[in-house]
Amino acid sequence: MTETLAIKALCLSFGGQKVLDDVSLSVQPGERLALLGHNGAGKSTLFKTVLGFLRPCSGTVAVAGHAPGSDLAREAVNYLPEVVSFQRNLSGREVLSYFSGLRGTPKAEVSDLLARVGLLEAADRAVGAYSKGMRQRLGLAQALIGTPRLLLLDEPTSGLDPVSRHEFYEVIADAAARGSAVLLSSHGLEEVQDKTDRIAILARGRLTAEGTLAELAHKAGLPTTIRISARPGAADALHGEFGGRRINGCRLALDCAQGAKVDLLARLGRHQDKLRDIDIAPPGLTDIYRHFSRTGPTEDQT
Amino acid sequence: MSTRIGTVFGQELRQARRNLWVILATAVLGLFALALALFGAGQGSGLKVDVLTLTAVSLATLSVYLIPLIALLMSYDSISGEVERGSLALTFATPVRRWEVFVGKFLAQTVAVCVAILIAFGTVGCVIALLSETGQDGIFAWLRLMLTAGGLGAIFVGIGLMVSALTCRTARAAAAAVGVWLLLVVLYDVALLGAIMAAGEGIFATHVFPWLVIANPADAFRLYNLAMIDAAPVAGIDGLAQTLPFPPVAALAALGIWLVATIAIGSARTRRIVP
Repeated sequence: MTETLAIKALCLSFGGQKVLDDVSLSVQPGERLALLGHNGAGKSTLFKTVLGFLRPCSGTVAVAGHAPGSDLAREAVNYLPEVVSFQRNLSGREVLSYFSGLRGTPKAEVSDLLARVGLLEAADRAVGAYSKGMRQRLGLAQALIGTPRLLLLDEPTSGLDPVSRHEFYEVIADAAARGSAVLLSSHGLEEVQDKTDRIAILARGRLTAEGTLAELAHKAGLPTTIRISARPGAADALHGEFGGRRINGCRLALDCAQGAKVDLLARLGRHQDKLRDIDIAPPGLTDIYRHFSRTGPTEDQT
Repeated sequence: MSTRIGTVFGQELRQARRNLWVILATAVLGLFALALALFGAGQGSGLKVDVLTLTAVSLATLSVYLIPLIALLMSYDSISGEVERGSLALTFATPVRRWEVFVGKFLAQTVAVCVAILIAFGTVGCVIALLSETGQDGIFAWLRLMLTAGGLGAIFVGIGLMVSALTCRTARAAAAAVGVWLLLVVLYDVALLGAIMAAGEGIFATHVFPWLVIANPADAFRLYNLAMIDAAPVAGIDGLAQTLPFPPVAALAALGIWLVATIAIGSARTRRIVP
């Protein structure tokens, strides 16, 4: 048993509707796994199942080898929900001391955690006066109490500005370097690119893809789009030669598979006299994400 | 276990203090007690009981309305509010047991209510005792009042928390708390009076009615305090205080049952909350 989190063939329904369907994934110690999906894809439900708040219909979940919700599992896992507002009239330090007390960890850790998320100066101010970013960092500090073996972060950076977001991921990387397994959810690939080790995409309760970003891009097999601008009067000849879609009178878009790119460019080179410009657009992160969050369920339903 | 309950307790008590609940409750209870004491002092000379006893009687009747209200206001939002804010999910994700959260909250709010009662009634009681001739009976009546008022507060804190855990939504919890207050404190008495009027003398009046009265914690509290004072001027349902078919301690037992039941139901319900 090396995985900190092991989910196997997990199914969960609400009122006859499947919210999670045959989901299997695992997170190793020190690994960061990003769980992507639209609103309502089942991310929060998955987290609540790992926490033991919801009971699965079938399948198994093991947190550090223990059943979700059991004492040992709750000791191993720390959680930051998507929406949390702490009591406004308590200070940041009091909030952390409270959770530290519930986890039975030494109170001395609290100042260290506040420093790690950059809240030491504001520690004794009321949470009601905190900005959104500060409240979110307090939530993160709360999730780091007691060096958790599994960190569950539900859309931790939604609503944060890019600088705060960057700092947030640095703290998460630090936690992973200390050995925590991290499972975090997010809306987009751009956000978790280079910030997590692996990516899993959840669409309508089913896992449609899982792997590193490079693996996902490869698996998606999306075409590279080459846009060419023709010299005046040459557009029709190029269209006849290469096919593709006409963008306007003098521009043409060609879709080309990963392997055929060099070949196509070499062929285009032979028509240098007819070309004014070439623009190459490899499939973007958004395209990959849309590919997996759209195609998966429709294929399954037919 | 004890440190986790202590942690929940400490946090709740801090909030009760910061939300000014303790100060507000103390001020309200103190002012009403003082007003009743002045009223008692005004008529006390004509009666054969001392002012402290007289005030204890009238304060017992008033406390039935005020203390449940204060306790319910303090507790109804405690669990439902945390469910809505999302902070209960965080608490439940830690190794704390669900019942420990319920009991920790219960103890903290009960202490908050009891501190308010202690300061308000204690101060007014001392003032009366110092300014008028007071016998042993009066002091005992006052101490009994303070103790049972604390018990009444604890029961309604338990009911408020139970309602909060059952509804899990603040708006619904508020409606339910108002409903509970109206039912137990106002409507129950009216219904019982109507029933005794309709039934007249008979088995119902002698054997059923007294039990129905102490089945309600608010009535049990008032009945106990009045029954323990021989010279209490009483009216309405409270006339029963002088013709009880059981010892007044039975009313205390009824309060104890309520206390245990609300904590048990509330804790059990808290286990099933999906935060």
